[in-house]
Amino acid sequence: MKWFKNPILSLIAMLIVGLIFNFSVNAYIQITILFIMVNCILALSLNLVNGLTGQFSLGHAGFMAVGAYFAAYAGLNWSFGSPSLLAFQFFLYTLGGGILAAICGYLVGLPSLRLKGDYLAIVTLGFGEIIRVTLLNIDTLGGARGISGIPSFPEYDPVIFTSFFTSYIFASIWLIICFFFLWRIMQSQNGRAFLSVREDEIAAEALGVNTTKAKVRSFVISSFFAGVAGALYAHLTNYISPSSFTFLQSVNVVIMVVLGGMGSFSGAILAAAFVTIAPELLRSLQAVTGVDLRMVIFSLCLILIMIFRPKGLMGEKELTDVFPWLRLGRKKA
Amino acid sequence: MQDLIQHIINGVSLGSIYALIALGYTMVYGILQMINFAHSDVYMVGAFAAYFVARWFGLNNSPGVGTLITLLIVSIAACSLLGLAIERFAYRPLRRAPKLNILITAIGVSLFLQFSGQLIFGADPKVFPNVIEDATLFYIMEVPVKSFDIAILGVSVCAMAILHYLIYYTKLGMAMRAVSVNGPVASMLGVNVNRVIGFTFVVGSSLAGIGSILVGMKYPKIEPLMGTMIGLKAFVAAVLGGIGSVPGAVLGGVIMGLSEEMVVAYLSSTYRDALAFGILIVILIFRPAGLLGKYTIEKV
Repeated sequence: MKWFKNPILSLIAMLIVGLIFNFSVNAYIQITILFIMVNCILALSLNLVNGLTGQFSLGHAGFMAVGAYFAAYAGLNWSFGSPSLLAFQFFLYTLGGGILAAICGYLVGLPSLRLKGDYLAIVTLGFGEIIRVTLLNIDTLGGARGISGIPSFPEYDPVIFTSFFTSYIFASIWLIICFFFLWRIMQSQNGRAFLSVREDEIAAEALGVNTTKAKVRSFVISSFFAGVAGALYAHLTNYISPSSFTFLQSVNVVIMVVLGGMGSFSGAILAAAFVTIAPELLRSLQAVTGVDLRMVIFSLCLILIMIFRPKGLMGEKELTDVFPWLRLGRKKA
Repeated sequence: MQDLIQHIINGVSLGSIYALIALGYTMVYGILQMINFAHSDVYMVGAFAAYFVARWFGLNNSPGVGTLITLLIVSIAACSLLGLAIERFAYRPLRRAPKLNILITAIGVSLFLQFSGQLIFGADPKVFPNVIEDATLFYIMEVPVKSFDIAILGVSVCAMAILHYLIYYTKLGMAMRAVSVNGPVASMLGVNVNRVIGFTFVVGSSLAGIGSILVGMKYPKIEPLMGTMIGLKAFVAAVLGGIGSVPGAVLGGVIMGLSEEMVVAYLSSTYRDALAFGILIVILIFRPAGLLGKYTIEKV
């Protein structure tokens, strides 16, 4: 399926699938699909830092919060007014949320990426919490009350361009941008630098890779997409508060990356879908047992995967490595 | 002036609790070079074990030194067993795995304990039994010194003294120090490394158990997620003092306790939790080895 490699064609394919969803499934499944897409962006972006650059970040929720708050605040206060420009406005503010998150990522990454392993994890956790506590204390952003009444994506037409479908279009555009941006960067010189830092930092440095720069770059890109995902999240839920972006949210993204295989794009996407759907499926179980087993199961999965499959379920493999028939059209090397 | 003394008393007693928990982090780090994220949840389990035992044996309303000692023993026993089990089933299979995997496992264990705690104990907060009578023992410059502050200080100083003896004057302590300097060589010289590591977890977890009783005495509200914040602060204390260093953990704990008390008293209580991370970040950027830690050079 050669045309999967072309972003525009993949986007069109995704939109056709979305159009089918638009008519065939109910609103509950539709919103779940949108959340899967947001989580895909989160997982893909964290995969760049945790999986491909080999740095362990635990503060992804903080960057997501920055993007979400920017998009929410801007969407509520700086409206363009004209409804024809509304789509453009949403896109612009989502981009703005991403850029602000990227700036935060730069400020956080520059000092903390000198640290390694455990320390980096704790410091990123700390920054994530600091962002959250700061938001908690800014009164113009609602403090602990959060921001409510964030505009949803506009509805242009009750049949085709429903609120779901416009949200879906936005989410797919960003998902496609995210996927292809990250995929292509990994084929570039920068991507090779990221991989070399993961494999052996000292050797990479000896070969002339500026490891600090590579790490900060990877961190900034990752924060950008986390911010974008946060902005989409804000528009989808219409309500955000600092408690939406706790440590647990960061851990959730880490679970997606680890589950999917650290360094695997298709693994991250599959795991994001799984982590989003599993709680919904467990909900019926919860009705029977009366307790929320979700996190118990996830954390147990995390331990067992680390013991029995240390590289995550997919490892570094892509879907095309596991099922070669997906690779039709690619010339054999 | 009186306020200041009051804050110092509170800060020192809070700090000695942090120090006890920080010791658990620092010992495990010293020997395995890993952050035992689950340590804070071992502490939570200790508090719940004491709570349930106190309820079953009707110790709820009989404060006194006897109750204190009983609950300490219960909590130490529960925590050491749990620490040993975690080491055996989660960390030992990963002894040779990359650090990142061990870190993720530790986070997994921590979440597992938290959420199974919510399942088993219920998510609602519970009131910790009254361990020691609330009485004013004496006054320092007209500031009352409460019985539980003295008890906290006494118990933690005793625990630290025992720990000091254990590490520096016993054969086992020598083995622990040997493993932390160089595991493979220690094993060549006849030290059973797995047993020593297991024992380190027992000691660290017992200290967490002691800490849980002391916190329960001062802030009698326990819930399954109570470990997270205090665990993070204790960890910061360990890093502040220089992770891997036993006196460093004590110093770091007291500094953390005092500074937190001062921030709450003179600045704002909403920034209380951000302070710990602020300290951590500053320390790691300017003096990554901590106050009493040693720098190590990475060799190829």
